[in-house]
Amino acid sequence: MTRNRPDPSLLFHPRMPGNWWLRKRTYFLFIVREFTSVFIAAYLIVFLVQLYQLGNGPGAYQAFMGQFASPGWIGFHAVALAFAIYHSLTWFYTTSIVIPLRIGAMVAPRYVFTLLNVAVWLAVSAAILAIYLIW
Amino acid sequence: MNHRKTLEPMWWGLFSAGGVVAAFLIPIHIVLLGLAIPLGWLPGSAEIFQSWIVRLYLFVLISLPLYHWAHRFSFTMSDLGLRPIRKPLAILCYGSAIAGTVVTAWVLLRI
Repeated sequence: MTRNRPDPSLLFHPRMPGNWWLRKRTYFLFIVREFTSVFIAAYLIVFLVQLYQLGNGPGAYQAFMGQFASPGWIGFHAVALAFAIYHSLTWFYTTSIVIPLRIGAMVAPRYVFTLLNVAVWLAVSAAILAIYLIW
Repeated sequence: MNHRKTLEPMWWGLFSAGGVVAAFLIPIHIVLLGLAIPLGWLPGSAEIFQSWIVRLYLFVLISLPLYHWAHRFSFTMSDLGLRPIRKPLAILCYGSAIAGTVVTAWVLLRI
Protein backbone atom coordinates (compact mmCIF):
# COMPACT_ATOMS: atom_id res chain seq x y z
CA MET A 1 0.00 0.00 0.00
CA THR A 2 1.30 3.43 -0.81
CA ARG A 3 0.98 6.63 1.15
CA ASN A 4 -0.59 8.67 -1.65
CA ARG A 5 -3.38 6.20 -2.41
CA PRO A 6 -5.94 5.47 0.31
CA ASP A 7 -7.18 1.94 0.91
CA PRO A 8 -10.08 1.54 -1.61
CA SER A 9 -12.17 -0.33 0.98
CA LEU A 10 -12.10 2.78 3.20
CA LEU A 11 -13.42 5.12 0.49
CA PHE A 12 -17.01 6.32 0.63
CA HIS A 13 -19.14 5.30 -2.32
CA PRO A 14 -22.67 6.72 -2.31
CA ARG A 15 -25.29 4.06 -3.01
CA MET A 16 -27.17 5.01 -6.17
CA PRO A 17 -30.54 3.57 -7.15
CA GLY A 18 -30.35 1.48 -10.33
CA ASN A 19 -32.39 3.99 -12.31
CA TRP A 20 -30.35 7.11 -11.45
CA TRP A 21 -29.61 7.68 -15.13
CA LEU A 22 -33.31 8.02 -15.95
CA ARG A 23 -33.83 10.88 -13.50
CA LYS A 24 -32.32 13.70 -15.51
CA ARG A 25 -32.01 14.29 -19.24
CA THR A 26 -28.28 15.01 -18.89
CA TYR A 27 -27.71 11.72 -17.00
CA PHE A 28 -29.58 9.85 -19.72
CA LEU A 29 -27.53 11.52 -22.48
CA PHE A 30 -24.35 10.65 -20.57
CA ILE A 31 -25.32 6.95 -20.60
CA VAL A 32 -26.26 7.17 -24.31
CA ARG A 33 -22.83 8.70 -24.99
CA GLU A 34 -21.08 5.90 -23.10
CA PHE A 35 -23.11 3.23 -24.94
CA THR A 36 -22.13 4.58 -28.36
CA SER A 37 -18.96 2.51 -27.82
CA VAL A 38 -21.09 -0.68 -27.68
CA PHE A 39 -22.64 0.03 -31.10
CA ILE A 40 -19.26 0.94 -32.58
CA ALA A 41 -17.75 -2.29 -31.22
CA ALA A 42 -20.74 -4.29 -32.57
CA TYR A 43 -20.21 -2.73 -35.99
CA LEU A 44 -16.49 -3.55 -35.89
CA ILE A 45 -17.27 -7.21 -35.11
CA VAL A 46 -19.59 -7.31 -38.16
CA PHE A 47 -16.82 -5.68 -40.20
CA LEU A 48 -14.37 -8.34 -38.95
CA VAL A 49 -16.77 -11.11 -40.04
CA GLN A 50 -16.98 -9.40 -43.45
CA LEU A 51 -13.17 -9.42 -43.74
CA TYR A 52 -13.09 -13.04 -42.53
CA GLN A 53 -15.49 -14.00 -45.36
CA LEU A 54 -13.20 -12.20 -47.79
CA GLY A 55 -10.43 -14.55 -46.62
CA ASN A 56 -12.74 -17.48 -47.49
CA GLY A 57 -12.80 -16.47 -51.16
CA PRO A 58 -14.74 -14.18 -53.52
CA GLY A 59 -17.85 -16.44 -53.51
CA ALA A 60 -18.21 -16.43 -49.72
CA TYR A 61 -17.62 -12.67 -49.64
CA GLN A 62 -20.23 -11.90 -52.31
CA ALA A 63 -22.78 -14.15 -50.58
CA PHE A 64 -22.13 -12.40 -47.26
CA MET A 65 -22.29 -8.91 -48.77
CA GLY A 66 -25.55 -9.85 -50.52
CA GLN A 67 -27.24 -10.19 -47.12
CA PHE A 68 -26.36 -6.58 -46.25
CA ALA A 69 -29.10 -5.31 -48.59
CA SER A 70 -31.79 -6.88 -46.35
CA PRO A 71 -33.88 -4.46 -44.23
CA GLY A 72 -32.49 -5.95 -41.01
CA TRP A 73 -28.86 -5.26 -41.90
CA ILE A 74 -29.66 -1.82 -43.35
CA GLY A 75 -31.45 -1.06 -40.06
CA PHE A 76 -28.46 -2.30 -38.03
CA HIS A 77 -26.03 -0.15 -40.00
CA ALA A 78 -28.34 2.89 -39.81
CA VAL A 79 -28.59 2.56 -36.01
CA ALA A 80 -24.81 1.99 -35.70
CA LEU A 81 -24.23 5.09 -37.86
CA ALA A 82 -26.52 7.23 -35.68
CA PHE A 83 -24.60 6.19 -32.54
CA ALA A 84 -21.24 6.62 -34.29
CA ILE A 85 -22.16 10.19 -35.32
CA TYR A 86 -23.30 10.90 -31.75
CA HIS A 87 -19.92 9.62 -30.54
CA SER A 88 -18.08 11.89 -33.01
CA LEU A 89 -19.99 15.02 -31.97
CA THR A 90 -19.77 14.36 -28.22
CA TRP A 91 -16.08 13.40 -28.55
CA PHE A 92 -15.23 16.67 -30.32
CA TYR A 93 -17.17 18.66 -27.76
CA THR A 94 -15.53 16.83 -24.82
CA THR A 95 -12.10 17.35 -26.37
CA SER A 96 -12.81 21.09 -26.50
CA ILE A 97 -13.20 20.98 -22.70
CA VAL A 98 -10.11 18.82 -22.07
CA ILE A 99 -7.86 20.75 -24.51
CA PRO A 100 -9.04 24.38 -24.60
CA LEU A 101 -8.09 26.11 -27.85
CA ARG A 102 -5.94 29.17 -27.03
CA ILE A 103 -5.40 31.99 -29.47
CA GLY A 104 -2.78 34.20 -27.83
CA ALA A 105 -4.04 34.96 -24.34
CA MET A 106 -7.64 34.29 -25.32
CA VAL A 107 -9.39 30.93 -24.95
CA ALA A 108 -11.61 30.31 -27.97
CA PRO A 109 -15.25 29.38 -27.26
CA ARG A 110 -15.84 25.61 -27.15
CA TYR A 111 -18.04 25.63 -30.22
CA VAL A 112 -15.14 26.97 -32.32
CA PHE A 113 -12.94 23.97 -31.47
CA THR A 114 -15.89 21.60 -31.93
CA LEU A 115 -16.72 23.06 -35.36
CA LEU A 116 -13.05 22.88 -36.42
CA ASN A 117 -13.04 19.19 -35.52
CA VAL A 118 -16.28 18.64 -37.43
CA ALA A 119 -14.69 20.29 -40.48
CA VAL A 120 -11.62 18.02 -40.23
CA TRP A 121 -13.92 15.00 -39.73
CA LEU A 122 -15.89 15.82 -42.91
CA ALA A 123 -12.67 16.40 -44.87
CA VAL A 124 -11.18 13.07 -43.69
CA SER A 125 -14.46 11.28 -44.56
CA ALA A 126 -14.47 12.82 -48.04
CA ALA A 127 -10.82 11.81 -48.51
CA ILE A 128 -11.55 8.15 -47.54
CA LEU A 129 -14.51 8.10 -49.94
CA ALA A 130 -12.31 9.52 -52.72
CA ILE A 131 -9.52 6.97 -52.05
CA TYR A 132 -12.07 4.13 -52.26
CA LEU A 133 -13.56 5.44 -55.52
CA ILE A 134 -10.18 6.11 -57.18
CA TRP A 135 -8.68 2.73 -56.13
CA MET B 1 6.08 10.67 -2.12
CA ASN B 2 5.91 7.01 -3.02
CA HIS B 3 4.11 6.58 -6.34
CA ARG B 4 2.87 3.12 -7.25
CA LYS B 5 3.25 2.30 -10.93
CA THR B 6 0.05 1.06 -12.54
CA LEU B 7 -1.14 0.21 -16.05
CA GLU B 8 -3.90 2.82 -15.77
CA PRO B 9 -2.23 5.50 -17.97
CA MET B 10 -1.82 2.92 -20.74
CA TRP B 11 -5.56 2.00 -20.67
CA TRP B 12 -6.50 5.70 -20.63
CA GLY B 13 -4.16 6.30 -23.58
CA LEU B 14 -5.70 3.44 -25.58
CA PHE B 15 -9.21 4.68 -24.65
CA SER B 16 -8.34 8.13 -25.91
CA ALA B 17 -6.65 6.94 -29.12
CA GLY B 18 -9.61 4.64 -29.82
CA GLY B 19 -12.02 7.51 -29.23
CA VAL B 20 -10.21 9.70 -31.75
CA VAL B 21 -10.04 6.92 -34.37
CA ALA B 22 -13.74 6.11 -33.88
CA ALA B 23 -14.81 9.78 -34.02
CA PHE B 24 -12.95 10.63 -37.23
CA LEU B 25 -13.06 7.36 -39.17
CA ILE B 26 -15.90 5.00 -38.21
CA PRO B 27 -18.97 6.88 -39.58
CA ILE B 28 -17.70 7.01 -43.19
CA HIS B 29 -16.91 3.27 -43.10
CA ILE B 30 -20.47 2.49 -41.95
CA VAL B 31 -21.87 4.76 -44.69
CA LEU B 32 -19.67 3.17 -47.34
CA LEU B 33 -19.62 -0.55 -46.44
CA GLY B 34 -22.90 -0.82 -44.54
CA LEU B 35 -25.21 1.41 -46.56
CA ALA B 36 -23.91 2.85 -49.87
CA ILE B 37 -22.50 -0.39 -51.33
CA PRO B 38 -25.31 -2.77 -50.18
CA LEU B 39 -27.95 -0.30 -51.44
CA GLY B 40 -26.20 -0.08 -54.81
CA TRP B 41 -25.34 3.63 -54.59
CA LEU B 42 -21.64 2.85 -55.09
CA PRO B 43 -19.85 -0.08 -56.76
CA GLY B 44 -18.64 -2.79 -54.37
CA SER B 45 -15.06 -3.86 -54.94
CA ALA B 46 -12.96 -5.87 -52.50
CA GLU B 47 -9.73 -5.21 -54.38
CA ILE B 48 -8.71 -2.44 -51.98
CA PHE B 49 -8.35 -4.98 -49.12
CA GLN B 50 -5.45 -6.68 -50.91
CA SER B 51 -3.20 -3.70 -50.15
CA TRP B 52 -0.89 -4.03 -47.15
CA ILE B 53 -1.18 -0.33 -46.35
CA VAL B 54 -4.98 -0.65 -46.27
CA ARG B 55 -4.73 -3.72 -44.03
CA LEU B 56 -2.38 -1.92 -41.64
CA TYR B 57 -4.86 0.96 -41.58
CA LEU B 58 -7.73 -1.48 -40.88
CA PHE B 59 -5.75 -3.01 -38.01
CA VAL B 60 -5.61 0.42 -36.33
CA LEU B 61 -9.21 1.23 -37.31
CA ILE B 62 -10.60 -1.96 -35.75
CA SER B 63 -8.32 -2.63 -32.77
CA LEU B 64 -8.07 0.81 -31.12
CA PRO B 65 -11.84 1.44 -30.76
CA LEU B 66 -12.09 -1.99 -29.05
CA TYR B 67 -9.98 -0.59 -26.18
CA HIS B 68 -12.17 2.51 -26.24
CA TRP B 69 -15.21 0.24 -25.78
CA ALA B 70 -13.50 -1.79 -23.04
CA HIS B 71 -12.73 1.34 -21.01
CA ARG B 72 -16.13 3.00 -21.41
CA PHE B 73 -18.17 -0.18 -20.96
CA SER B 74 -16.28 -1.27 -17.86
CA PHE B 75 -16.68 2.16 -16.20
CA THR B 76 -20.33 2.56 -17.25
CA MET B 77 -21.39 -0.87 -16.02
CA SER B 78 -19.68 -0.01 -12.75
CA ASP B 79 -21.73 3.23 -12.62
CA LEU B 80 -24.90 1.25 -13.39
CA GLY B 81 -24.49 -0.96 -10.32
CA LEU B 82 -21.72 -3.47 -11.05
CA ARG B 83 -19.17 -1.68 -8.87
CA PRO B 84 -18.77 -4.74 -6.58
CA ILE B 85 -17.43 -6.79 -9.52
CA ARG B 86 -15.51 -3.99 -11.24
CA LYS B 87 -12.17 -5.83 -11.12
CA PRO B 88 -13.32 -9.02 -12.93
CA LEU B 89 -15.44 -6.83 -15.23
CA ALA B 90 -12.37 -4.77 -16.17
CA ILE B 91 -10.32 -7.93 -16.78
CA LEU B 92 -13.15 -9.31 -18.99
CA CYS B 93 -13.46 -6.06 -20.99
CA TYR B 94 -9.75 -5.36 -21.53
CA GLY B 95 -9.17 -9.09 -22.09
CA SER B 96 -11.83 -9.05 -24.84
CA ALA B 97 -10.12 -6.04 -26.46
CA ILE B 98 -6.75 -7.85 -26.42
CA ALA B 99 -8.40 -10.99 -27.88
CA GLY B 100 -10.08 -8.76 -30.48
CA THR B 101 -6.70 -7.30 -31.45
CA VAL B 102 -5.24 -10.78 -32.00
CA VAL B 103 -8.32 -11.89 -34.03
CA THR B 104 -8.12 -8.69 -36.12
CA ALA B 105 -4.46 -9.35 -36.95
CA TRP B 106 -5.27 -12.97 -37.86
CA VAL B 107 -8.27 -12.02 -40.06
CA LEU B 108 -6.26 -9.35 -41.89
CA LEU B 109 -3.30 -11.69 -42.46
CA ARG B 110 -5.44 -14.41 -44.08
CA ILE B 111 -7.13 -12.17 -46.68
